[in-house]
Amino acid sequence: MDELITLDYGSGGKKTARLIEEYIVPAFENPALRALGDGALLSGAEKLVFSTDSFVVDPIFFPGGDIGRLAVCGTVNDLCMGGGTPKYLSCALILEEGLPLRDLERVLASMRAAADEAGVQIVTGDTKVVERGRGDKIYVNTAGVGFLEHPGLCPDAIRPGDAVLVSGTIGDHGTAIMLARSGMLQSDLCSDCAPLGALCEAMFETGAAIRVLRDPTRGGVATTLCEFVEGRSFGIELQEEALPLRGEVQAACALLGLDPLYCANEGKLLCVVAPEDAERLLAAMRRRPEGKDAVCIGTVTERYPGRLTLQTAPGGSRMLQKLSGAQLPRIC
Amino acid sequence: MHAEAAFWLEEIRKLPPLQARLMEVCGTHTMSIARAGLKTLLPPGVELLSGPGCPVCVTASEQIDAALTLAMEPRLILACYGDMLRVPGSVPGDSLQRRRAQGARVELVYSPLDAVGLAAKNPDKEVVFLGVGFETTAPGTAAAVLAAREQGVKNFSVWSMLKTVEPALRALLAQKDVSVQAFLCPGHVATIIGAEGFRFLPEEYGLPAVVGGFEPAEILRALYLLLRQLSEGRAALENAYPRAVRAQGNQLARAMLERCLRARRDCWRGLGEIENSGLGLREELAAFDAEKKFGVSTPSAKQTTACRCGDVICGRCRPGDCPLFGAKCTPEDPVGPCMVSSEGACAAAYQYQTV
Repeated sequence: MDELITLDYGSGGKKTARLIEEYIVPAFENPALRALGDGALLSGAEKLVFSTDSFVVDPIFFPGGDIGRLAVCGTVNDLCMGGGTPKYLSCALILEEGLPLRDLERVLASMRAAADEAGVQIVTGDTKVVERGRGDKIYVNTAGVGFLEHPGLCPDAIRPGDAVLVSGTIGDHGTAIMLARSGMLQSDLCSDCAPLGALCEAMFETGAAIRVLRDPTRGGVATTLCEFVEGRSFGIELQEEALPLRGEVQAACALLGLDPLYCANEGKLLCVVAPEDAERLLAAMRRRPEGKDAVCIGTVTERYPGRLTLQTAPGGSRMLQKLSGAQLPRIC
Repeated sequence: MHAEAAFWLEEIRKLPPLQARLMEVCGTHTMSIARAGLKTLLPPGVELLSGPGCPVCVTASEQIDAALTLAMEPRLILACYGDMLRVPGSVPGDSLQRRRAQGARVELVYSPLDAVGLAAKNPDKEVVFLGVGFETTAPGTAAAVLAAREQGVKNFSVWSMLKTVEPALRALLAQKDVSVQAFLCPGHVATIIGAEGFRFLPEEYGLPAVVGGFEPAEILRALYLLLRQLSEGRAALENAYPRAVRAQGNQLARAMLERCLRARRDCWRGLGEIENSGLGLREELAAFDAEKKFGVSTPSAKQTTACRCGDVICGRCRPGDCPLFGAKCTPEDPVGPCMVSSEGACAAAYQYQTV
């Protein structure tokens, strides 16, 4: 049977990885792409980090943000995770015939505000309009460049004994979107969508031995941590009771049949750091509003190489896999 | 460790050692047990098996095939729960998700009432809701049919694949190759039919039966009660989920079920045809019955793969015993429904492998 692109290929899980590794990377083969970081590291007169991301979120306005803020934060955060200081963004818009101009204005104003917050400028762009029904209101692509200030961030730098930190509560964005989409539950839950440059800067200023940074967007915390350990000689052990979860997220996920470990985050980062620096780094993170709930959620071990495992609250132990396809609401 | 879970675990460990195979017959139990890693905490000798408790998994592949065909009808919107989207029919790789990529209009809904709303919003289309589930979801499906009738939404219909638990458990216990010593009874189903709905297990089969909730501590409490009965050589019905389950269940929901649905012969994966195990729409609701409206037929399908979902559902084998498990059959490329349903035993075993 001929393979077709299904929504699973866009989930950020295993099918997305297959698309990238079996189709996209071989087609464009080069070392900068092959590294598969959040941003590509480029050499030239200046060392640059370069990244791009497209945004197709439905609904385009949601509690805590909108597609414009998301488009700026997404690319800015990818650059930060690569050790870069974000500088310039592009903005390409695909607009569906019939989109109210005031909605576009709102999205653009939100992009400007997010860019100001992140200290970047949107310096180039493109617009296309497609027939009604051949797009969904508005799609946004941003690409960004930043100066590489902190080279060497990479899962290969991780050592057994290292601490695994998360900058705050997990699953907020994905759950807020699912709630907004389902239209059936009222909640104050907001997306965590935010630029992380200032938090990263505060973290680097501590001089802590940071091995790797990654923002756990699509696929969530579990998928990102699986990528850290995959094919490597160490594993990561998470403590379920240490995972920072909002009550609303926990309850909504239980109702909707979702797992917060696989829900997208748009304003959080995961950090692996040398154990002796963990407390100092956490203290610095907690001094920033976007890192106030930062906490250590696990450790790097040699016990199960290549595996991500979870010590469950009742004391059991199990493996965590990458997300296999889009999370779906279930029967009961 | 959660104090309550720790307490029940300790109680379990204090019981004299015994060999016991306990079966849960609810997909949510299956997932909760796997998610909390409870199997790694139980004493050796105590084995937990998954029974026919995942509604998607017990749906026969013939019915899935027929749903895939129906989805391709022009001017039709097939509405279903998210669980159904990736379930393969008799041909691996073929699913509603694939059909959607081929142009079928398949919409996910959280509630059957959403499907009625979808029909009202699309008067030029026919909306068919795939009614999958046990007694838990049957009243909601019935309510949707009544709502459609009341609101005059004529382009809405239900294809009922609804099933009831008791006939399946009786059919399971009639199988010679199935060995189970006690049942962890489904809290959700019992919320509707009442704890009394499982009294036949101790009284007619001499098997301990405990209705359990879904938090790890609630499951451990129910398992403790089952193991205590076994160690004392008793068989009784106990309700360990009193915060949700009453002896007689939910009268309103039962009346709704009675009013709209009638028992009929149905086909189960792994168990085959069972008398009075399915729920079809009553004759007076024929206008909302998709089977009648679209002349749906379920041609018999030959199994062409080595998939052992049928055996997994009956507790004849564990997910890992299937030759396809984790190799040819994964959540990304499922061959059988147990690997892809969010309540399936294979999905639980794969996704939440113990270490």
